[in-house]
Amino acid sequence: MDMSTWKILLVDDEAEFINTLAERLDIRGISARVVYDGDAALKAVAEEVPQAMVLDVMMPGIKGLDVLQRVKEEHPEVQVILLTGQGKTRDGIEGMRYGAFAYLMKPLDLEELITTLGEAISATQGTPHA
Amino acid sequence: MKNILSSTLNTIKADMDTDISSPGRYRLLRRKIVSLMALVTLLPLLSLAGINYYEHQNTMTAEIQAPLRALVGKAKHSFELFLAERISAVSFIASAYSFNELSDDANLQRIFQVMRREFTGFVDLGLIDPTGRQITYSGPYDLVGRNYSEQAWFQQVQFKGTYVSDVFLGFRKFPHVVIAVRHTTESGQSWVLRATLDTMHFDRILAAMGLGPGSDAFLVNHHGVLQTESRRYGRVLDKLPFELPPTNFESNVQSVREPDGQNVFIATAFVADTDFALVAVKPKPTAFSTWYTVRIDLLFIFVSGVVIIFLAVYRVTSLLITRLQESDEQRLGAIHQMEHSQKLSSIGRLAAGVAHEINNPLAIINEKAGLMRDIMGLRPDFPEKEKFARQIEAILRSVDRCRGITHRMLGFAKRMDVKIEVLDLNAVLVETLGFLEREAEYRNVELVRELAPDLPNVPSDHGQIQQVFLNIMNNALAAVPDGGRIVLRTWDESENFVAISIQDNGCGMSDETAKNMFEPFFTTKKEKGTGLGMSITYGIVKRLGGEIKVMSKLNEGTTMTILLPKHSVEG
Repeated sequence: MDMSTWKILLVDDEAEFINTLAERLDIRGISARVVYDGDAALKAVAEEVPQAMVLDVMMPGIKGLDVLQRVKEEHPEVQVILLTGQGKTRDGIEGMRYGAFAYLMKPLDLEELITTLGEAISATQGTPHA
Repeated sequence: MKNILSSTLNTIKADMDTDISSPGRYRLLRRKIVSLMALVTLLPLLSLAGINYYEHQNTMTAEIQAPLRALVGKAKHSFELFLAERISAVSFIASAYSFNELSDDANLQRIFQVMRREFTGFVDLGLIDPTGRQITYSGPYDLVGRNYSEQAWFQQVQFKGTYVSDVFLGFRKFPHVVIAVRHTTESGQSWVLRATLDTMHFDRILAAMGLGPGSDAFLVNHHGVLQTESRRYGRVLDKLPFELPPTNFESNVQSVREPDGQNVFIATAFVADTDFALVAVKPKPTAFSTWYTVRIDLLFIFVSGVVIIFLAVYRVTSLLITRLQESDEQRLGAIHQMEHSQKLSSIGRLAAGVAHEINNPLAIINEKAGLMRDIMGLRPDFPEKEKFARQIEAILRSVDRCRGITHRMLGFAKRMDVKIEVLDLNAVLVETLGFLEREAEYRNVELVRELAPDLPNVPSDHGQIQQVFLNIMNNALAAVPDGGRIVLRTWDESENFVAISIQDNGCGMSDETAKNMFEPFFTTKKEKGTGLGMSITYGIVKRLGGEIKVMSKLNEGTTMTILLPKHSVEG
């Protein structure tokens, strides 16, 4: 799978975390856009629909789950991987119900994230709508 | 009385407010309530018994004294009648015959014969002239010519006209009484007619009183000298061993203590025209024999009543105290459980917050360290690459360790819905054992299964039960040395519960550790544990409606027993 063609959007209010994550992905040939809140995420999706987005659940402003809902309403083909620092709580279960592809916990295992992204993008490519 | 009751009630109230876990509280409370109830119930009984006793004794005394008084009165009249008849007879002869007629021996003999025939008791009869000389005499002795002018009785008859003497033995050595009557004619001539009476008739009157055995009746003069024989105090003319109680002509009963210490009732009355007092004696033990029998019956009833009341009071109080104790313990247990649940809940919320707050910076550290490793990997000429690689690995290992801790904390905070299904606990136990078999094998720990084949299936949560088993088995495995032994048992405990025990022969626990092992954050594993495992276990078992017990002895081992309900529990 050619990871360089992946269109990824990273959303987290923890700038240090998400920038470093983007940089590490970049080292592995995966380019990703980075935004730091829900509004910016919706705007970024409107500008260019990503194949997959990594979305933090707990953010100031629009919450991760609201972003998920709105993205899924407009672009159901976008695969969303939820991130949380609180484990598989009710938010996670809720997120999966709104159509999240996966639910990962901080601190991340990068290899696990890349694998999950691969699976998500494969799923996107498999959807007739895409 | 009111003060005693209110102060006792106040102390009982104060005792009830004291710390319910304080030793001896219920013992003290039981003692005080029993005392108060016994006081309240026994006091009226005691008063009633006392009043009853006193009244009954008074009634009995009156019932004993009245007949004795009547008897003495009757016997006194008999004596008076007897003596009055004889005095009248002598007086009649003295006045009916002239001095000359009475001076004739033959006449006196004839008159005496008639007297003896008409009146019993006369022994002799004699005529004495005013100078005191016996003129004629009819009787068993030769007393003619004897002069009585110097004797006291002659002086008295001259003065009073009639005289009845005290009892004396006389020449014949048996008791007599003398009756003397003076007669004076219109011409001024006077003489004295003197008759002697045998006192045998006195004895007959006394015997006719019909006093019971132990009782006594006799005549006594003013000086306390016995005039008739007494069963208790001696023979005729003996001195009475005690002072005669105050006496008058009406019969009167008094209680007297004899010199030998015996208590007696004494009824006395003076006999008219004599120096005699009639005395009847009835010992109290004889008189009160019926009362004593009744008293024993009353005492028996009273003591039985007291014993029954006391036993009933003690029994009822014990029952109440036991119920109170049980209720207090249940309340304490409920409070403790609630506190425990609240503590768990607060800690859960805290753990979730802490985990979230830590996970974000931890994620940054993780990514930064990962980036450093990535950059270093991209540059083969990176100076001191291996040294840096070791530092980065150390950072990442620490991040992993922290992640493990925060994940466990989140696991504790998790409040998953309980999913109840019918479970074969033996199967769940064996399944859970599968996780640990490799470690046990490696450490040569023997895993013994003593599982009841017919253990009933129970409704419970598979995942949570497995977590409980795993937590306890993990602890057991950590406690045993290499080559140790862990025994798993299941059995049908009761109508409502099945039991599972996990026994190890490991290091065991001190009492202090066993007491605190279910408290959150209590751990003996230092850095290896969060101190939440057994607390979670406790919470799950409680939530599933079960019980968990621990029995442990330091250096001998620990047995954890879980009771799970056979039927679904609400909540």
